[in-house]
Order: sequence, then structure tokens, then C-alpha cells
Amino acid sequence: MAIDRAQVRHVARLARLALSSEEEERFAAQLGHVLEYIERLQAVDVEGVEPLGFAGDTSAAAPLRDDVVRPSLPRETVLAQAPQQNGEAFVVPRIIE
Amino acid sequence: MPLADFEPVIGLEVHAQLLTRSKIFCGCSTRFGAAPNTHVCPVCLGLPGALPALNRAAVEMAIKAGKAFGCAIAEKSIWARKNYFYPDLPKGYQISQYELPVCKGGAVPVPGLRSIALERIHLEEDAGKNIHAEGGSEVDLNRSGVPLIEIVGKPDLRSAEEASEYLKALRLSLIYLGVNDGNLEEGSFRCDANVSVRRKGETKLGTRVELKNINSFRFVRQAIEHEIGRQVELIEKGGKVVLETRLFDNEKGVTRAMRSKEEANDYRYFPEPDLQPLLVSQEWVRSVAVPPLPQEVMDALIAAGVSPADARTIVNDPLLVDVHRRVGGDPRRAALFVVGELARAVNDREADLAALKFDPALVREVWSLQDSGAISSTAAKDVLAELIRTGEPPSRIVERKGLAQVSDSSALESVVDAVLARNPSEVERYKGGKANLLGFFVGQAMKELKGKGNPGALNALFKKKLGS
Amino acid sequence: MTPDLLPLSQVSDALAARTLSPEALLEASLSRIRSLDGKVHAFLRLTSDEASAAAKASGQRRAAGKALGPLDGIPIALKDIFCMSGVETTCGSKILRGYVPPYDATVVRKLKQAGAVIVGKLNMDEFAMGSSTENSAFGPTMNPWDLARTPGGSSGGSAAAVAARMVPGAFGTDTGGSIRQPAALVGCAGLKPTYGRVSRYGVIAFASSLDQVGPFAQDVRGVALLLAAVAGFDENDQTSSTRPVPDYAKALDLGTRGLRIGVPREYFGEGLAPEVEKAVRGGIEKLRGLGCEIREISLPNSPHAIATYYLVATAEASSNLARYDGVRYGHRAQATQLLEMYERTRAEGFGAEVKRRIMLGTYALSAGYYDAYYLKAQKVRTLIRRDFDRAFESVDAVLSPTSPTTAFRLGEKMDDPLAMYLNDVYTVPANLAGLPGISVPCGFDSRRLPIGLQLIGRPFDEETLLRVAHAVEPAGHPLPPLVEGR
Repeated sequence: MAIDRAQVRHVARLARLALSSEEEERFAAQLGHVLEYIERLQAVDVEGVEPLGFAGDTSAAAPLRDDVVRPSLPRETVLAQAPQQNGEAFVVPRIIE
Repeated sequence: MPLADFEPVIGLEVHAQLLTRSKIFCGCSTRFGAAPNTHVCPVCLGLPGALPALNRAAVEMAIKAGKAFGCAIAEKSIWARKNYFYPDLPKGYQISQYELPVCKGGAVPVPGLRSIALERIHLEEDAGKNIHAEGGSEVDLNRSGVPLIEIVGKPDLRSAEEASEYLKALRLSLIYLGVNDGNLEEGSFRCDANVSVRRKGETKLGTRVELKNINSFRFVRQAIEHEIGRQVELIEKGGKVVLETRLFDNEKGVTRAMRSKEEANDYRYFPEPDLQPLLVSQEWVRSVAVPPLPQEVMDALIAAGVSPADARTIVNDPLLVDVHRRVGGDPRRAALFVVGELARAVNDREADLAALKFDPALVREVWSLQDSGAISSTAAKDVLAELIRTGEPPSRIVERKGLAQVSDSSALESVVDAVLARNPSEVERYKGGKANLLGFFVGQAMKELKGKGNPGALNALFKKKLGS
Repeated sequence: MTPDLLPLSQVSDALAARTLSPEALLEASLSRIRSLDGKVHAFLRLTSDEASAAAKASGQRRAAGKALGPLDGIPIALKDIFCMSGVETTCGSKILRGYVPPYDATVVRKLKQAGAVIVGKLNMDEFAMGSSTENSAFGPTMNPWDLARTPGGSSGGSAAAVAARMVPGAFGTDTGGSIRQPAALVGCAGLKPTYGRVSRYGVIAFASSLDQVGPFAQDVRGVALLLAAVAGFDENDQTSSTRPVPDYAKALDLGTRGLRIGVPREYFGEGLAPEVEKAVRGGIEKLRGLGCEIREISLPNSPHAIATYYLVATAEASSNLARYDGVRYGHRAQATQLLEMYERTRAEGFGAEVKRRIMLGTYALSAGYYDAYYLKAQKVRTLIRRDFDRAFESVDAVLSPTSPTTAFRLGEKMDDPLAMYLNDVYTVPANLAGLPGISVPCGFDSRRLPIGLQLIGRPFDEETLLRVAHAVEPAGHPLPPLVEGR
């Protein structure tokens, strides 16, 4: 098995995804299938090859931004889409510290 | 095995907010103290579709710091995403630098200690603020996206005292560079300490513990000292130091284990695809002007004859350095003014270093008046105090207050003759050996001159006339 | 044929000649949407009020002889991945249901400035992850040529809306083929520009180093007009290019004599449907007849493209989708504690394919796997790019089929994610290499399903692509039976 349920659970936790037991099993199978396909890359010789970090125009570096203050969004707009807010800040359930 | 058999090994990581006007990846203001969530835009809010746009000034400040500390400045450095979930991190990742930072190596000169080597300096964005409240947490994103440089020191420090001195020197240097305001209370200058211990003579490093939440110099020493003690005690009892992060509880004066932000701290760093690699040409580096650091200023003052104590006083406040420079002239004399009359005035709230009412160059005018004999040294002090208080030109102060002293020899001579004539018995006693009567004669002459006689000139005249 | 059924460039000419008004055009568009979209489901929502106001303003400008340009008054629709201020933008996902952006994507701003009349937002695979639009949280889109089949994806709504003549032009995004493949499956033209040619600001991100915005139109000239309106450097997107934008429409008339076309042998092997191959080879012959030199070339790293893509794209996506955490916008699950809130919000908000890709990407970046997966893939990506660089030393464009098959049935490929991924075999290389690619219709199969031919060009050489595509595109643009009323 290219990826087992424990690994799926670990990855799901890293990605903050709650999975049901059934999903764990199904995803393990499906992801395993994809990973098996991806294994073919192991055979490719990349000795001395640099990763392709940037796929865009390397002929000229992008101009950087001037240090000028621009208007921010009004606070009502910032908070308008929030599932929970108190007029000043976003509110989230407590974090167990 | 007691504490003395162990050697502490300390490395400090400092996060310093850069004094740019706008944030590192967007145009929102970086000004501290605004109402929550009023300096936020799609980019620093992490809205869908938003992209980072790098602020040139942030890079320039990093270059300045790198240059000042003698770092190697990378021609090409890479932005990286540090991925983790936390409410104050809107995108779910922080844009930072990982494998290829903008500056490597370098060292921070610490006056009175030694230069402390640096590992690297890199740029990154700050997160917002989480305020724990009843039944939940409140998130303010004003601080999200403020530019930071992270200055990673090598584990070269060997005591809490050294750590504290290093931190002070680094903070002052960044203030001199105009790159950071050094404000620990507001959180614009933050420090984490990596502390480990090992038996003296051992070359291998012990397991380190990261201390967080140190927000004053006093706490730096306390926290580190406490942690060193804790680790030594643990080892002596046969225990092992665990690689962990601990918070300093400044009320109880102890460090305690922090429950981790996420179970597995796998940040999954990878190069940031929304930004091109950062290109810093040698030309750009050359063009960045770097003011002298505190150590350099201190050395120059001492070389010019300023006492080490006075030099230290001046160097510790960039505003004093600035005034000293603007006074100009004889550096030693300027230093005496700065730590003397000016410091007194500041103490008495007659002067505000951030908003001087006078042009420091005018101090030299007072010196000229004094040196030429136009005013006495006592009068000079008076003029300086007035100058500091009001900024009025010295010559006008002298005139207005009638402080000009008489130095003309013919004018003085007649008074000298008159005093000698009026006090024959004192003249006898003086000639008989009572040299300290010179003061009496000068005093009498001064009385007649209503205090405006040049004491030095009078002194010389009396001596001449009395034949000594 | 009524003017509203004409391809975009001819509609534009009619507006310029004043034989058609923007308001009449909009009315025709909305009317067709009303009668057909119940069956096609290309649209997620309409912006009729804004469109009416825009059409009216355009009509006034046209009447006064003050048109803003060729797009002034043209109805356009946008994949629901483009942020439009004040308009719900879901990216095909439940996690953004009800989300209203407070800002316009740069592309949206530019289209408004060009006078385009934005009619509505189009259906798509959730977060652009898919090749059939079946991964939309709001139901699939149907292919106008056969309603039992998919229009491809992820920009299925955009392709279907153009093919069904609901709008003359539409915009989508292409990360692994999401413009070109649906264009081929519905029989219209679709272009993915060079990476960095068009701003990504305000375009909800899937894979940052692969995503590009691009146009759909029935005709290549229409595609050129749409591209011209949106191409160019944007200070909000520092991956965008400062290169000047050429006159794309002019390039179309340069002809193709002497151009060298490369045909990669690796793209004509196993998995390619015979009827598709036949039609594409017909296109090759047509170009030969027009004076192009046809050469066989080799892109030896082609077999690694899908594997490379599904590591790089999913890794970037896993990070880009971390912001959907229920804190500041979008769906939030009920929870008393933060970790629970995160995990449930994302479990409830994301569909299965999105979850799979997030996990695959997270895995590829995770400690112990980064070197073997993500880093390795980025290196193979360089090899794929080098294959093209080498090819372009001797040819001016690379020609291939766009999709290995014609439109497949709804549900046909949903059981096996890998089978769905293999639809992208001819399209992902251009994304990996950052190159421009266009799909243009080149015939039909025996079921009267459209077939597309793909051309890939040098970086920032959209002109050559448009020239060749224009030369090979069919003279007529047959209507799907659905539109003809059959």
C-alpha cells in the first residue's frame, strides 16, 4: 500500500481536515493509486538539474513597490464577511494553550 | 555537580519590525496603535485572489542592516512559505525566507564585550495579534504583513549578562540605522533565546530550549538565568533536557513548557511561487548609505579626547549623538556640554531632545565669547542655560542680561590701582607672604566693576602690580 | 444567422457598424440564457442589473462615436474564480458560498474599462480542480453538443456558455488544461497565455506557478481581441511580465507561409482516440497546404508530465487553500474549540477531489517526502521546459491533439481520479513550462462531438499561435443542435 491509514490521518491533521473512518480508507486507496503512478518519477535522472522555481519572464525582474501608504479597507468591510465578529475584531473559539 | 561546572550556551533570535511606512507586501500603514482591523486590505487579510507585492524599502533596510554588520548579501535570495494554521495568520502561511536568506554571516559589535557572530538575517512578514478573551479569542490583523527582519545570532553567548549586553547593543545599532525603533513594550523589537548547557570543556552542544515571550531587558536576564538553572538542576538529577519551547512567566519568574501551536511542527517550507527570487545587485548594495554604528561613534569620541564614561552616555542615546555632532567644534568640549548643561536641562524638563528649541551650533558662539574674554565662565553657563531654554542668539542674551565683562586693560588698570591704594595693609600682608589675599583684591575690584571684571585679567594685573 | 449568433469579432464589427446595439445584444444573450441554461447549467448567477447599466452606457458611447474599443458593448461572462466586487464569488465551492469580494480582479477592472458587458459568473470544478466540471459543488455543466456529456473542465461553464451562444466571449483559467480542454470538447477556441502575460490578482488561486487567465470565443480573432484587453503588467502581481503587449489582432493576418510546425511523436501514441488523431492530422495537412513546414520532433520527458503536474500543482494548492479556515470569511462549522473548528469547517466546505489534492500536496511537502516528491518534480519540470526550448530551436509552434478523447459521459470518469487526471496529458506540459497554448476546433467525430487541435508556442509569442490557429480554424462555426432548437 503506497500510503496507509495512519499516514492519511497524519496528513489530514496537518491539513486540518476531519475525515470519517470511511473517508480515511477510501482516500488511502485513491491516493495510493495516484502515488503509485507518481513513482515513475523516481527513475528520472535529475543529476545537476535545478528546480524550475519561477516559470515566468526572467528577462526582467518585476519592479518592486514604492513605500507609499495606500488606503486600507474600511473596518466594516473587513469584518463584513466574518462568521463571527464583535465590531472590532474577528472572534474564534478558544485555543487550548 | 554545581552550576559552576556547567557552561551556558546562548543564541538569540531577534525579530525587528522595519520602519517602513507601508507593510511588506501591501500598501497598508504600519503605524502602531491604530484601532483594531483598520489597517487591513485584501492582501494582508488573506482574501481569495490576493497576491503579495514586495515593498522595496523593506529590502533596502535589510541591506542596510546586512551591510552595517558585515554580512554577505546574497545577489539572489528566495522567498519561502512557512505553512501552519493559526487565527492570526490569515493566509495559513507566513512568507519568509528559508534556505537562501538575503544576508548571511556578519557580526554585531558589543561595546565592552566582543563582536557576537551572526548566522543570518532574513526578511519576513509579521502575523496579526490574537487576544485571548472570555470564551474565545479576538483577532486583530493590523500587524499582519508588517515587515520584519529576523536576526539570528550564533550560539556564541556564554551568560545571561552577555545576552543582555548583546541585545542592548543590537537594539541600539538598529535604532542608529533607522531600521527599527527598539520598542520592546510595543513589540516592535522581540527576542527569543535558545539556551542550552554543557559541562565545561565539552565541545558538543547540549539540547537547546527556545524561550519566548521575553519583552524587556530585565526579563531577558531573569529568564535566561532561570532556564540555565533549571537545565543544570535537571541534568544533575539525572534527567535530560527536552527540545522544546518554553514561555517566560514574568510574574512568577519561571519558564514553563508551552503547549505547541500545532501537534506536529512540520512547516512544509517551499519556495513562494507568487514572488520572483529577490535580486540584490552589487550596485544596489553599494548605493545604500550606512551610518556609523554605536561602537564606531564611541571609538571616535574617545579618540577625540572624550572620557569613556561621557562617550558611553552620549552613544547610548542617538539623539545625544546627533546634538553632539551638530554642536561641532572641539569634541571633548561639546561632550562636556552635552552631558553637562544639556543633560541638566533635560532633567529639569527645560529641554526636549526630540524637539530642541535651539540650534546646537550656537553653543560654539558661546565658547567664542568666553574664550575671547567677552564674558566670564560663570556668565557663559548662564548664557548656555538661556540658549537651551529659549534658542535666543547668545550675543543677544549677553546684551539683554548685561553679561559682558570688562577685559580692557586700561579700564581694569585704573580699578586695580584704586583697590591697591585703598587697601595698603593688605598690600603689606600680601607682600609679606599671604598669597591668598589675591582673591580679596580681585574680589574688591569685581565689586567695583559690579561683577563685570574679567577675573583672569584682574588676576594677572594685580600680580604684576604687586610685583610677583 | 442572427447577429448574436456570430463569432465575437463579427459581433464587434456589427456593433462598430451600428447594425447592432449593445442593449439588443444583451437582450439576445439573456434571452438565450433563459431558454437554454436550464439544460446546460453554465451559469451560477447572472449580473443582469449591472449588465443592463453597462450596455446602456456602451450604447450611448457607440452612438456618440466614442467606443472604448472593440469590446465595448460585448456581453462577456466570467468563470466564478474571478473576484468581482459586490458579486458573490464561490469558486465552485460550498466553502465560499455567500462570499462577496470587496474588490475587483485586475482582469475584471480591465474588462470594465474596455466597456465589456459582464453578464454573470460561470460554473467550474471546485477550486479549478477537475477536467469535467463535475466537481462543482453546485451541480455539473452539460455539453451543449450532447447534454449527457461533460463540457470538460475546470472552465466548463465558460466553454459551454460560448458554445451555446449565450455570450460571444468568456474568460476562464488554465492550470493544467482547464481552458484548452473544455474549448476542444465544446468546439470553440480557448487560449492559455504565457505565464505572467495576464495578471492573476483577484483570481482565486489553485496553483500559483501554473495558473493563467485566458479567453474563450468561437473564433480566433475573438480570442485575440479578448486577450488584448487583459494582457499586460500589473503592479499587484509581481509574477506578471513588463513586456509590452503587441497588437494581437494584427498578427492574425500575417499568414503562415514558411512557419515551421513541430509534431511531437510522444503525443500520438497510446490512449489517443483514432477519430481525434484523424481530425488533428487533417489539421496538420491543412497547414502543410498553407505553406507550413511540418517536422516531427521529440519531447522525451512528456511521459513524466502528469506525475510532475500532480505533485507541483497539489503542493501549491494545499498551501493556497489553507486560508479557507472559517476565521474571516466563508463557511465556518459549529465548534467549541479551535482545532475542531478548522477541521470541521474544511471537511464540510471542501468536496472530495479538493480534499484529495490538498492531502496529496501536503504529503508531497511534508517532512521526509519533500525531496523525493516536490523537489524532484520541480527538477523534472526543468527537463520538460528544456525539451520545449530545444524544440523551439527548430520549430515555431508545437502541434498536438488537445484532449485524448472527445467529450465523455457524465459520471464516466468519476470513480477513478487517476483516469480523470490522464485527460490532461497533452495540456499540462505547457503549464509546467510556462508556455502559451491554444486549442482551436478541427472537426467532429462520428457522434458529432467536437475535436480540438492544440498549438503551443514560445514564451510571449502568442502572435505566432494566433496566426497559425487562425489559419487552421474552420471557416464556419456550426451551431450545436441545442442552439438550433433541434
